[in-house]
Amino acid sequence: MAGERMIVLAGTDERDLTKLAEYEAIGGYGSLQKARAMSPNAVIDEVIASELRGRGGAFFPTGRKWSFVPKPDQNPNPHYLVVNADESEPGSFKDNEIMARVPHRFIEGCLIAAHAVESKSVFVYIRGEYTGPYEVLRSALEELQGRPELRGDVTIVLHRGAGAYICGEETALLESLEGKRGQPRTKPPFPAVQGLDASPTVVNNVETMATLPPIIEMGGAEYAKLGVPDSRGTRVVSISGHVEKPGNYEIENGTSMRELIYGLGGGIPDGRQLKAVIPGGSSTVILKGDEIDVGYDFNSLLELNTAMGSAGVVALDDRCCMVQLGIRISEFYEHESCGKCTPCREGTRWMTQILRRLESGDALQSELDLLLDVCDRINGKCLCPLGETAAIAVASYVEKFRAEFIAHVEQGGCPFGDSSPLHDVLAPGAMHLHSASSAVPA
Amino acid sequence: MSTYYDEVQEIKTQYPNWRSATLPALRLAQERHGHLSAEALRECADALGTTPAFCEAVASFYDMLHLDPVGRHMVEVCTNVSCALVGAQQVLERFEEELGIRAGETSADGEVTLRPIECLGGCGWATVVSIDHHYRTHVKPDDVPAIVQELRNGG
Ligand SMILES: Cc1cc2nc3c(=O)[nH]c(=O)nc-3n(C[C@H](O)[C@H](O)[C@H](O)COP(=O)(O)O)c2cc1C
Ligand code: SF4
Ligand code: FES
Repeated sequence: MAGERMIVLAGTDERDLTKLAEYEAIGGYGSLQKARAMSPNAVIDEVIASELRGRGGAFFPTGRKWSFVPKPDQNPNPHYLVVNADESEPGSFKDNEIMARVPHRFIEGCLIAAHAVESKSVFVYIRGEYTGPYEVLRSALEELQGRPELRGDVTIVLHRGAGAYICGEETALLESLEGKRGQPRTKPPFPAVQGLDASPTVVNNVETMATLPPIIEMGGAEYAKLGVPDSRGTRVVSISGHVEKPGNYEIENGTSMRELIYGLGGGIPDGRQLKAVIPGGSSTVILKGDEIDVGYDFNSLLELNTAMGSAGVVALDDRCCMVQLGIRISEFYEHESCGKCTPCREGTRWMTQILRRLESGDALQSELDLLLDVCDRINGKCLCPLGETAAIAVASYVEKFRAEFIAHVEQGGCPFGDSSPLHDVLAPGAMHLHSASSAVPA
Repeated sequence: MSTYYDEVQEIKTQYPNWRSATLPALRLAQERHGHLSAEALRECADALGTTPAFCEAVASFYDMLHLDPVGRHMVEVCTNVSCALVGAQQVLERFEEELGIRAGETSADGEVTLRPIECLGGCGWATVVSIDHHYRTHVKPDDVPAIVQELRNGG
């Protein structure tokens, strides 16, 4: 299947689309005019016809999500559109580039969505660290300030996060946006019914928004001709790790992973072998190097028990130790757990501890089973998907590379040691092991 | 003082509920005070119309909000997987050497705090280092001395 196809990022090679005039020169904001000439329901139908599914990770059909929002006559509270620009999943950096390079397409998408769900008030929750994209969006909105006919009566507020991965989860995001600690809420009620300030709220990802103008422009049916069944259209995929040409590539859904890594990504540097691939950000089940003859789409990856997630493809070469990978990923989730559920809060810490014992050669064979048992006791027992995905991801390293884990036990240590680039990497959550009193390195 | 207070009132008007102004107000207070000292939290609480305890409870959840003093400059090296795969740890260690401090510490003159950080959302441009919340990409250990020099000259 197809390979590169620019829709969301179209025009960025030729023009500086951060400028309103440049964006308008290629027909920018035309889709907004077109959408506003349609009824909100007609826009929703068009998006349903496009078969667009959310690009934030859960892959929920966008048009359907919008159709759950009560109409203003059913619920007189203000309706809110909240855009999830909190991108913090290890391996994903697509929303960063979308906001930085096509801010107006993104804003146009927000205005189209606001029209569809009859919202006058849009909040873009952008991760606190993203100073660059924030500044780009701020000046794009300033440019729009002088164009009331485009802005209409909709206000767009940029709300900056303050450093917490969990705030990407939509209900934690709403808590955070309400000025609280970012801890997920129980669902139901779903945000569509009771979201921000207990009012009907749609939460959508940045890329989902930026895909709307092209859908309205070409028509939903036409967009649905791209890609493969259940995964229509394009996807901006972040490729990183051990590839020659890391970066974001917009591809038609269904493009093979081999093409992503060896074609677009340029293959593995220094003549090394591909050992493993994280297909959709750190929360997804890992693939072995020989499992990449698979389409990058929902159904094909589901057959391998994994997912596109947030479309962060990370390639690891044959020097990498999978126990070390487990430690680093587990430390991430341990650090980012919001602490609300015991299995997630404590379990991720136990996972890290067992993995550390495996790496140092202190673990017994039975601790491998203990590790899987801990994962099993997290899985399905948490409020939000964070704990669960941590457990599933790490368990997949054990399942797919079991011999390597056993070798750590049998050899009483790591067979890779410091030849693996993941050796002894200092994670924020491991600062307590990094004694401040020891001597400064020479 | 009053300008901060007024700024926070202005921010509140953007939201359906005043409480949504908490993170922006904490960010501003931190910019003014360097960190969220007792005084900063009090100021923030007064402007929001809430208690310092509420402000502190919220602030303690977030990695970018500092309840303890930090350096005038913040150097954050991403050590998550994609950056680690291409040598982030070596970059972090080079910063330790050049700054003469360990990760997690602040230089004795109070100028620079160094710390590792989780994925910064720039994995394809590894190693990503955030200097005062502006990203440097493709950072190699040998780039570190010049960055540190810049920080020291930057005053
Ligand atoms: C731990 C966790 C982190 C998440 N982080 C993000 C994120 O950074 N950006 C995002 O758009 N969605 C993220 N999501 C998914 C959101 O909860 C939600 O499904 C999404 O924003 C909906 O938008 P979409 O339908 O357009 O994809 C995360 C989910 C979880 C469980
Ligand atoms: S699963 Fe983890 S992150 Fe999610 S609500 Fe529970 S403790 Fe918080
Ligand atoms: S892993 Fe370093 S920016 Fe994502």
